Order: sequence, then structure tokens, then C-alpha cells
Amino acid sequence: MSNPTPLDGPGLEEGKTMVADAPAAPAPGREGRRRHAKKEAKPASLWTDAWHDLRRRPMFIISVIIILILLVMAVWPSLFTSIDPFDARTCDLSAARQGPGPGHLFGRDNLGCDLYARTIYGARNSIVIGVLTTVLTAIIGGLFGIFAGYRGGAIDTLASRITEVFFAIPSVLGALLIASTLRGKYNSILLVILALSVLGWPMVYRIMRAAVITAKSQDFVVAAKALGAGSGRIMFRHLLPNSLASVIVVATINLGTYIAAEAALSFLGVGVQSPDISWGLMIADARDRFITAPLPLVFPALFLSITVLAFIMMGDAVRDALDPKLR
Amino acid sequence: MASGSEPVLEVRDLVKHFPLTQGILYKKQIGAIKAVDGVSFDLRKGETLGIVGESGCGKSTLAKVLMALEQPTSGSVRIGGRDISKARGGELKRMRRNIQMVMQDPYTSLNPRMTVGDIIGEPFEIHTDVAPKGDRRKKVQELLEVVGLNPDHINRYPHQFSGGQRQRIGIARGLALQPEVIVCDEPVSALDVSIQAQVINLLGRLQDEFGLAYIFIAHDLSVVRHISDRVGVMYLGKFVELGKDAEIYDRPAHPYTQALLSAVPVPDPEGREQRERIILQGDPPSPANPPSGCRFRTRCWKAQEICAKEEPLLQIRPGTAHMSACHFAETHDVVHAG
Repeated sequence: MSNPTPLDGPGLEEGKTMVADAPAAPAPGREGRRRHAKKEAKPASLWTDAWHDLRRRPMFIISVIIILILLVMAVWPSLFTSIDPFDARTCDLSAARQGPGPGHLFGRDNLGCDLYARTIYGARNSIVIGVLTTVLTAIIGGLFGIFAGYRGGAIDTLASRITEVFFAIPSVLGALLIASTLRGKYNSILLVILALSVLGWPMVYRIMRAAVITAKSQDFVVAAKALGAGSGRIMFRHLLPNSLASVIVVATINLGTYIAAEAALSFLGVGVQSPDISWGLMIADARDRFITAPLPLVFPALFLSITVLAFIMMGDAVRDALDPKLR
Repeated sequence: MASGSEPVLEVRDLVKHFPLTQGILYKKQIGAIKAVDGVSFDLRKGETLGIVGESGCGKSTLAKVLMALEQPTSGSVRIGGRDISKARGGELKRMRRNIQMVMQDPYTSLNPRMTVGDIIGEPFEIHTDVAPKGDRRKKVQELLEVVGLNPDHINRYPHQFSGGQRQRIGIARGLALQPEVIVCDEPVSALDVSIQAQVINLLGRLQDEFGLAYIFIAHDLSVVRHISDRVGVMYLGKFVELGKDAEIYDRPAHPYTQALLSAVPVPDPEGREQRERIILQGDPPSPANPPSGCRFRTRCWKAQEICAKEEPLLQIRPGTAHMSACHFAETHDVVHAG
């Protein structure tokens, strides 16, 4: 920690008032500083620093562990349960809505099938729909938003009017229309993702555009232009990192909305259909008998909440890590 | 420092009008803000031209046009003999190496999400042939040292520095491409008085070291006097007086310059009582609709009929050794009067 102070530079001859310009950086000895001192020789950038920071955030580690478990559950559900919920022989109608007991950890649903196995197997469809829709809307909305916000003028006006058309369509009705028109041509999961993405990107677009417009008026963008930076560099090196925070927050919150929207579409007859399983479908099925048998609704809803929470926590951690002031 | 060498920057009849439009679909131009309206000057190697004037007189617009961040309405900005305002694409990018800027606000002019190394290294990334990839980091550390910062702080972020240190980072970024001209747009007005002197001294030292020419824009007359070889006084988009710093400060010929100088605070209570104060009446007129003839006539105590009819040109006038734009130019030492 024996860094020379900035006063050791040739600036020293400038006068006695140099002391007033002493480093405003945090006092040496703090953990963050020690890390910098050790890695002084290695070039740092926003992303590598963010990664170093994330690895030490408990919130990030916990959320990533949860997400990894959920992903394993989605890919290999048989690792978690020996019961195959697609096998009708595992269901026992006479034991419908039975409470938790040996062999049936969560009890049985309205048709007497094992609730635990169904919840585990439901993860795949729900997570695929939630994550892919979130990623797709973030990419489409984000790219359009950054481009329209930076360019402004006619391009911005045109893009904004187009998104207003999408905003005017009621989302469930619109998704229903898209999914039912294209039904049969594509896999039903793909259709749900497509329908939700087409209607979901304008929200990300608006947030990105607003953040970019705020960022682009700042002097550092002017400075980059004066250096001769091209549009690509300004958009992706300067504007994107300074506009990403709000998009991350909205995108992760929307993830849960998309999983729930899938349930609404299933209920209306498009999207995932029985005997296929998804959390949304399970919640919709269990809704009618919630008063007498709450568990068939509670368990998939609990898994859904944990998934959404994990993604929101991860999003928050990433957002904080990308802000050097919060490190 | 100023020598009689070739000018590095030649500005001729530079005009920048911002159109005022009306209507939503069909935009009709109903007028123009005449932010810069016919400015000409030369800047030699190693020279500092100070530009002073009150808020809204077009100083910052002039800086933006010089930097080719705004297109001039007419006129030319020649750097090394070529007009930067007409350059495009690769040529413009190459020309930018010769003119860089230091911005006013050190808190917004540095990207908060880039490390100091990335900020100062960005010029090398944009102009890839200036420094080979392996050398860039070393170059950035050299630049940090040149501006009096610790080269080990290369991985820090702007918010970990004080205002004065940030301004040094901004200066290092401007120096990276080894330009001939640096436009300083109020580089110290956002800083504490104690820090101002350090940054000014740093700029002076760098000028001696690298033979830089500065355009130094400020509204603080004493700061401009300290660093400038020549001073231009701007009023409503035009130069009203242009000359060596001693000429402008000790023998101002234009009434506006005299009024400006009479407002400079005098740190001596005795002298303060004795000196003359010229208090201008009214506000500056709108640059969208400047007065006819001399733009200063509406607030000038010397104004006559001719001032409304004939626009006074910026030229050397009888009884003065430098250029001024007043029909009744007359040297008058305001600062030492009394």
C-alpha cells in the first residue's frame, strides 16, 4: 500500500496549494483498495471490475445458485423425482387433493397426480418461456431504444409511433391473436415466446430510449465525438453502460409477468396445453378449488416466486456492480 | 511563447446561426439565433488566445464550431491549411488529432463507467495507428504522470478523484493525440479558486513542454489575462476588440471592454474606492434580433447616430495599437484609473 501520492508527479513544482488536490479516493486499507493495489498492473475495465465485484456479493452468489438449480431442474427433471408425471399410472383419482405424505412430498392435485413431480417437470416450460421472452424483449427493445434515442429526429419519431401501435393492443388479446393465427405451424412454446416478445419489447424500448436521451446530452459524449468516435463506439461504449441499469430492473421484473402471462394464454387455449406441464397451467388448474385445496396452487406459485426473486436479485446485483460508485 | 511562425489555426468570417422554426409538420424558419456572426482570427503555434465575454455571447458555440462538433453556417476553420468544417469521414477523423478540447465541467465530461485508463486510452483506440496496442497502457501512464497524477491510479474510476484531478484527466485525454491546438472551454470555472491556479499552471507548463496553442474561453478576466498572449472580447457573436493581453487590459479601446474591466474585483480596498466603475444599463439584446449597426450601441454611453447606421469593423483605429470595433474607439485605462 505504499503508493506514491499524486504529489510525486511533476505537478509538484506547481505550488504549495497542491495539498488541496490530494487524492479524494477512499482511504487506503479498505478492502476494495487493496484489491486494486494488487492488480494494479492488470488493465481493468467496467466489465472485469463488475465481475470481480459480483463474485464477492452474497446476493449474487445465492441468486446464481438458485438459478442454476432451476436450470438443472429444467434440463434433467428426472434427477429430482423418480415419478414420471406424464405416466397416467402414477395418478390416482381416488386420492385427489390428498395432503403431503410419504412418497408424495407436496401431496396430490385435482386429478390425483403427484404435485411434486409435476412442479419439477413444469419448470422447463415456464423457465424457457420466461427467460427467452425476457432476453428477446431486452435485445429487441434495447437495440431499437439505443438506436432511436441516439439518432433522434425522424428515426426516433417513426420508431416511437410504431411502439405506440403495439402499446395500443391489449397484451393478452394481442398474444391470443398472434398465437392462434400461427397455431399449428410452430411449437406451442415457441409461439408463446414469440407472441409475448412481439408485445413486450416496446416497454423495454421506451425505457432504453429515455435513458439514452438522458445520457447522450452529457459532456462525455461530446468529448467522445470530439475525439472522432463513431456512432457504434458512442452507442455501445458510452451510452449502453450508462443506460443499462433501468432496463435490467424492468427486464427481470417482467420475467415473472411473462411466466404468468403464459398461464393466461394456456387458459385461453393457446400456449402450453395439458398433458404438457407448466407452472402457469398448474396455477390456472388449481385456482377453482383454492379454498378447499390450496396446496396445488401454492407449490407452483412458490416455485414461480422463487424463480422471479432469484432473477430480480441477480439483476439488482448486476446493476449495482455496473455502477462504480456503488462498489 | 508566441512566435511569428505560420498560424496553426485560421478562422475566417465564421458564422453560426441556429434556425428558429415554427410549425409541427412543415417547419418554417422564422428567424435565427445569431450565436456566432462573423469571427476571424489566427492562432500561431504555442500561442494562447483568450476569449472573454458575458454569458450567451457565443463563446461556447464558437468552441463547438472550431471542434467541428457543429457545422458553421458559413466561413472556414483551417487547421494546418485545411478546412475542418468541410472535412468528412476519415479526413475529419485525422484532422481531429490536431485539435482537441478540455471541457468545462469535470463531473460530466468523464464517463462515470469507464476507468481512467479507458478514458485516457480512448483516443488511442479510436486512432489505432497513433500507438500500437501493447504500448497504449504505458502511454496512458505517461500521460497521467505528465498531468501530475499518480500513474498507478489507472484502474480507478472518475468518482474517486476530486474536481481538480478530474480536470487533469480531461487534459490528459486532450493531450493523448498530441494535438497542435487545444480548445479550453471554461476549463476552470467549475473548480475551486485554489484548484483553478493549479490547473492554469499545468496548462501553462504543458504549453511550454509540447508547444501547444490554446483557445482559452472564460468569463473570468483575471484568469484569461494570466494565461493569454492575446485576448479577444466577444459581444453578441462578434469580436469587439482583439489584441495583446497588455493592450486589452491596460489600454482598452472599446467601451464594452472598458465596462467589463471596470467590473473586475480589485483586491485592494484603497484602490477600490478610487477607481472608476462603468455600469452598463439594460440587458444584452437578443441574438435572434441584434441591433442595427453596432451591436453594443443600445447599452453604450458613446452611441451616436452613426452607430445605428454603420457597423463598425474590427480594425486598428487611430490612437490605438490593436483592433477594435467602435467608431469612437479611444484607449482608456480603466483598471489603473483613479
